[in-house]
Amino acid sequence: MNTTSYTFAYLDEQTKREIRRALLKALAIPGHQVPFASREMPLARGWGTGGMQVTAAVIGRNDVLKVIDQGADDTTNAVSIRQFFSRVAGVRTTTRTEEATLIQTRHRIPETPLRPGQIMVYQVPQPEPLWRLEPSRAETRRLHALAEYGIMHVKLYEDIAQHGRITLAYDYPVLVHGRYVMAPSPIPAFDNPKLHRSPAIHLFGAGREKRIYAVPPYTDVISLAFEDHPFRPWKAEAACALCGSTESYLDEILIDDRGTRRYICSDTDWCERRRTRGKTA
Amino acid sequence: MSEPALLVEGLAKTFTLHLQGGVRLPVLRDVSLAVFPGECVALVGPSGAGKSTLLRALYGTYVPQAGRIRVRHHGSMVDLASADPRQILAIRRDTIGHVSQFLRVIPRVSARAIVAEPLIHRGESHQAALRAADAMLARLNLPQRLWHLPPATFSGGEQQRVNLARGFIVRYPIVLIDEPTASLDPVNADIALSLIEDARKTNAAIVGIFHDPAVRSRVATREFALAPIAEAA
Amino acid sequence: MSDLPLLSVRCLDVRFGALAAVDGVSFELWPGEVVAIVGESGSGKTTLLRAIHGFIPPTAGSILYRSDRFGEIELTRLDEPRRRLLARTEWGFVHQNPRDGLRLSYSAGANVGERLMAAGARHWGNIRAQALAWLDRVEIDVARIDDLPRTFSGGMQQRLQIARVLVTNPRLVLMDEPTGGLDVSVQARLLDMLRRLVADLGLSVIVVTHDLGVARLLAQRILVMQRGRVVEAGLTDQVLDDPQHPYSQLLVSSVLAA
Repeated sequence: MNTTSYTFAYLDEQTKREIRRALLKALAIPGHQVPFASREMPLARGWGTGGMQVTAAVIGRNDVLKVIDQGADDTTNAVSIRQFFSRVAGVRTTTRTEEATLIQTRHRIPETPLRPGQIMVYQVPQPEPLWRLEPSRAETRRLHALAEYGIMHVKLYEDIAQHGRITLAYDYPVLVHGRYVMAPSPIPAFDNPKLHRSPAIHLFGAGREKRIYAVPPYTDVISLAFEDHPFRPWKAEAACALCGSTESYLDEILIDDRGTRRYICSDTDWCERRRTRGKTA
Repeated sequence: MSEPALLVEGLAKTFTLHLQGGVRLPVLRDVSLAVFPGECVALVGPSGAGKSTLLRALYGTYVPQAGRIRVRHHGSMVDLASADPRQILAIRRDTIGHVSQFLRVIPRVSARAIVAEPLIHRGESHQAALRAADAMLARLNLPQRLWHLPPATFSGGEQQRVNLARGFIVRYPIVLIDEPTASLDPVNADIALSLIEDARKTNAAIVGIFHDPAVRSRVATREFALAPIAEAA
Repeated sequence: MSDLPLLSVRCLDVRFGALAAVDGVSFELWPGEVVAIVGESGSGKTTLLRAIHGFIPPTAGSILYRSDRFGEIELTRLDEPRRRLLARTEWGFVHQNPRDGLRLSYSAGANVGERLMAAGARHWGNIRAQALAWLDRVEIDVARIDDLPRTFSGGMQQRLQIARVLVTNPRLVLMDEPTGGLDVSVQARLLDMLRRLVADLGLSVIVVTHDLGVARLLAQRILVMQRGRVVEAGLTDQVLDDPQHPYSQLLVSSVLAA
């Protein structure tokens, strides 16, 4: 492919500038959803176009890009997006969290602690945390504007009434900087604490819903809960079958036709690094 | 003699029936009456003379066209005819009691709760008010099994006793009574009349309509005659 | 009784194009008082109620409200954040159709608890306990706390809506035909309950109703509305037993037994 026929990182400069303006505004108002135009990307909306546009807008020639899908670097979606940017931006890519300057993710935050200067880019299917509770978009905007979030707790109240605890395991709503309630995208609730006062920049792009929002470094990100039912990040009570890790988020996999289950780290980079250091189950 | 508790001056009441082409029915004209504490004034006159109309005007239900109804309320004279609604409510709460001819029943509210209400309204505790209500109902011979029932299904006599209990549970300085014994047997009528006598002896000013001459001569200290007004122009 | 009204409505107009739905209405509501607004459909009574609550902006006039927290407030010039704060703390609105005032896909307990949570309550056990207490108070079997309101009868839904409104101890409650659409026996139960709650909580209430029986039972005062105007106002027994205005006389004479 002749890369000169594309602008650097696929999007034209004007579009990138518009997205950067939205990103700056989003960083200035942590957790607030900023509308943006959302261009067509060479894949269907709902497959990460929001995250890709954000990545395209912030990536530079010296960046090192990592792309994960559910924690894994080697799944189709992650591989295609990584290849895409290596071709249209010519940037170096990596699977190592600590090497990356830019990490585009679908539904996980790496286990390896993030450091200052790193940027996380999230692919977001539904940016509105109130969307199942309040059908009117005009009304949800008003609720955000007035910080009327009682309804969010109604949902959590109901969960406890029905199941004895909060069973929400993904996309668990958070309060950002004491002001906006935000959908952290469908990351497991287990990852929510990693957002709190994180030294990295977190950028969220919802391509289909045309919204961008952000959490700047060292910002309070508190998972909503009740005083007598505090937030508890859930993970499987098991150790990774490959590296023996008990502190990482585990995926449950079926390994044969008899329904035998095993748990392995969802973060493939983390798991590999542990094994190269000699850790085993 | 002491100051009057109730002073009616030049009272006029005409009903205008807009649905009957604006027919005007003058019922009271230039009625003046003073009632003193310890008095029981019986309103007398033929049917249509305006006895009930006067009684209802004295309670503030009927709004007169002319005249004043001055009531001694918390030590000063207040004109009921020109008082604002909140003043009238305060006067009804503390100063004027009204025993109407028929009990207005309220669905699901028990007899004792109906009787206790005026006391609760004046800030009495529920418990104390209900105790007082029970005592009143007992005095009026209402069978105890009825106390906790809503009076909707009671006989006329039973309802009237609930009504009397409610009217006399507070010692109002002024009491208005419309036919207290109409549906009572002699024994219960006697109890009802003793309530009126007790109130008068404790210095209430009483105005009532008593059709039965025997009743009237027993409780009334004087009569006040009303006559029908000749057809108006 | 306090010596200042809780609410003073002055010369209020609500116009829809050429139609004056509310036309120069003035009245006062005092603390602890229940005022009924009566009139036929189209008389403007519901529009007046909705304008007071801020659902509809008035065209002209003033509505002065005396708030515990904020002092005297001119509601026609109130900013939206504060209006909504008042609406979920100091005020309550009871809709004629309970479906308009409830979240039908959330449990009875969540419906009662929502206003508490909106006001900042964050202790699940306390919210639950208050919801249980209120269900009991409005005579709903507490075992049904986790059931959806759509499985409730109309009367139960209306009682649930009332619990949901009263749980935060509002001072001013606006009711739009609270007994409309209910069977007579269900109405009686609801009215009796409302009467007790209003007295026990010392609520100030404006109740819109076309049912003079409801007005007689609940209200100390009545405003009669016709074509957007208040044509008669007075104590309940004055208006119902000695109506002065032709329209009031028509209303009273049209009732079988009020």
